Amino acid sequence: MRSRIAHIASNTFREAVRDRVLYNLIAFALLLSGAAILVGQISIEIEKLVVINLGLTAVSLFGVVIAIFIGIGLVSKEIEKRTLYTVLSRPVRRWEFIVGKFFGLAGTLVVNTFFMAIGVFAALFYVSHKFVRADALILVALYFIVLEFLIICSLALLFSSFSSPLLSAVFAFSLFVIGSFAEDLRNFANMAHGVSRWLATGVAYLVPNFSAFNVITSIAHEQPVAGQLVLQNTLYALFYATMALSGAVLIFEHRDLK
Amino acid sequence: MKQRQKTTMLASACLIVSLAASSFVLHRTDQLRPQATLDEVLFLSSPKVIKRASLGYDGLMACIYWTRAVQYFGYRHHYDAASYNLLAPLLEIATHLDPHLVVAYEFGTSFLAPKPPNGAGQPERAIELMEYGIQNNPDNWRLYYDLGFVYYMELQDYKRAAETFERGSHVPNTHPFLKILAAQMAQHAGEYETARMLWSATYQTTQDELIKQNAVEHLRALRVDEDVKHLQEAVTRFGERTGRLPASMAELVAAEGLAGTPVDPDGHPYKLTPEGRVEVRVPDDFPFATKGLPPGYKPQAKFHAMP
Repeated sequence: MRSRIAHIASNTFREAVRDRVLYNLIAFALLLSGAAILVGQISIEIEKLVVINLGLTAVSLFGVVIAIFIGIGLVSKEIEKRTLYTVLSRPVRRWEFIVGKFFGLAGTLVVNTFFMAIGVFAALFYVSHKFVRADALILVALYFIVLEFLIICSLALLFSSFSSPLLSAVFAFSLFVIGSFAEDLRNFANMAHGVSRWLATGVAYLVPNFSAFNVITSIAHEQPVAGQLVLQNTLYALFYATMALSGAVLIFEHRDLK
Repeated sequence: MKQRQKTTMLASACLIVSLAASSFVLHRTDQLRPQATLDEVLFLSSPKVIKRASLGYDGLMACIYWTRAVQYFGYRHHYDAASYNLLAPLLEIATHLDPHLVVAYEFGTSFLAPKPPNGAGQPERAIELMEYGIQNNPDNWRLYYDLGFVYYMELQDYKRAAETFERGSHVPNTHPFLKILAAQMAQHAGEYETARMLWSATYQTTQDELIKQNAVEHLRALRVDEDVKHLQEAVTRFGERTGRLPASMAELVAAEGLAGTPVDPDGHPYKLTPEGRVEVRVPDDFPFATKGLPPGYKPQAKFHAMP
């Protein structure tokens, strides 16, 4: 079972890295990290701040775009090209296919993040001429960004398992935006009464909460991140991704592929 | 030449010519409306709305708004603009997006507080900005120092300045001179020595070259102000003694028993006008001087950075 999932994951990874769009997006993210140096120069005393803020934002946003645009096609493309039938005609279960796809995409995003992070650190070294201890905090921000990607990947796969690529992209991106407002939604729930309070609370817990993953601003100011937050964000991302993947498996298991 | 090559050549030529033509037209259009880019608009003025719209990337947005504030101030300052209507909102947005963006408080205050042409002439907005900064960064002693500086230099509110320095002196790891400044304010507010002390402290505590240079300019101007004040008093004394004005600086020097002809910080001798006014030779060299300037002289705008 493990080897089957690993095979699907490695094939997904290979397929994703062949995609030219991926390289364009990474190049663009690296370009933005480089541009941060220029932006810093037309301002006053924020060179390092801009490099960290712009660099990590580029990693995060382009990663989300990559996750969505590759994730939404993972299942539908296989159906469209009819390669899914070849895969499923072998002793591969549908859930193994979904989980393999997820790990393949997650692996692609981890590798992308690694290369984009090199760009951020290179830009940082260019403006600071040295690394300081606090710069290690950037790794925490990158780790949180990767956790965010895991959630987006699982959501893209979930939507991809029952919807068209275009609608999947719309759904996944909408959830990313809503997830960024999750705390406002929770505040709204606290202020509401009766049924609307329950509804709003339910929705607030159902949509992904990305606000806790965004520590870019505080890290740019060299403020440490609590170990408890790292642990809880890790657990949240794992549980949420598992939930979305389970949903994708459930839908895909019962989908009529004829 | 093949058809394909012909097309390539033609298309390339078209591309280059069109690019050049459009750039030329745009340049001419800019000449028609030179002030157009100055009249910037703040489409979104609510920091809360912008924070929400930033999807959590508020640190980046703060950097963008801070850069916009710098560009806005720099551009308008360069053209001696009379108003800086967007400066305060831009700074408020930047600091609400990232309340720990200390540079926006420090430099922002120095853009807002000074009178035109050196700043926007809005010391009250500068104080609001700085109080917000202190509220969010209560352990940063420099913010108390900057705020006290605004009270002292721009509003001449020595009591408030002393209180602010006193508040800052209780911050952990504060600079010891805040305590001294607070005491100095109580006894010697408004004196040259106090102002000199403030600017010297600024010079010694900053790493920023722009601020250092600005502190030097102010120290030079203070020396001019003090010299001119003393020389003008000597002229008055001379008049009271002799019933006439001194004919020349040499006569004044001899009458007062000075060691030599008094010179400004650049080594140029001070000038005595037939009306008995003491003036500097090159006023443009002392943009922050308030005394010794020819009547009607308007100083050139110069960046007035706070500490």
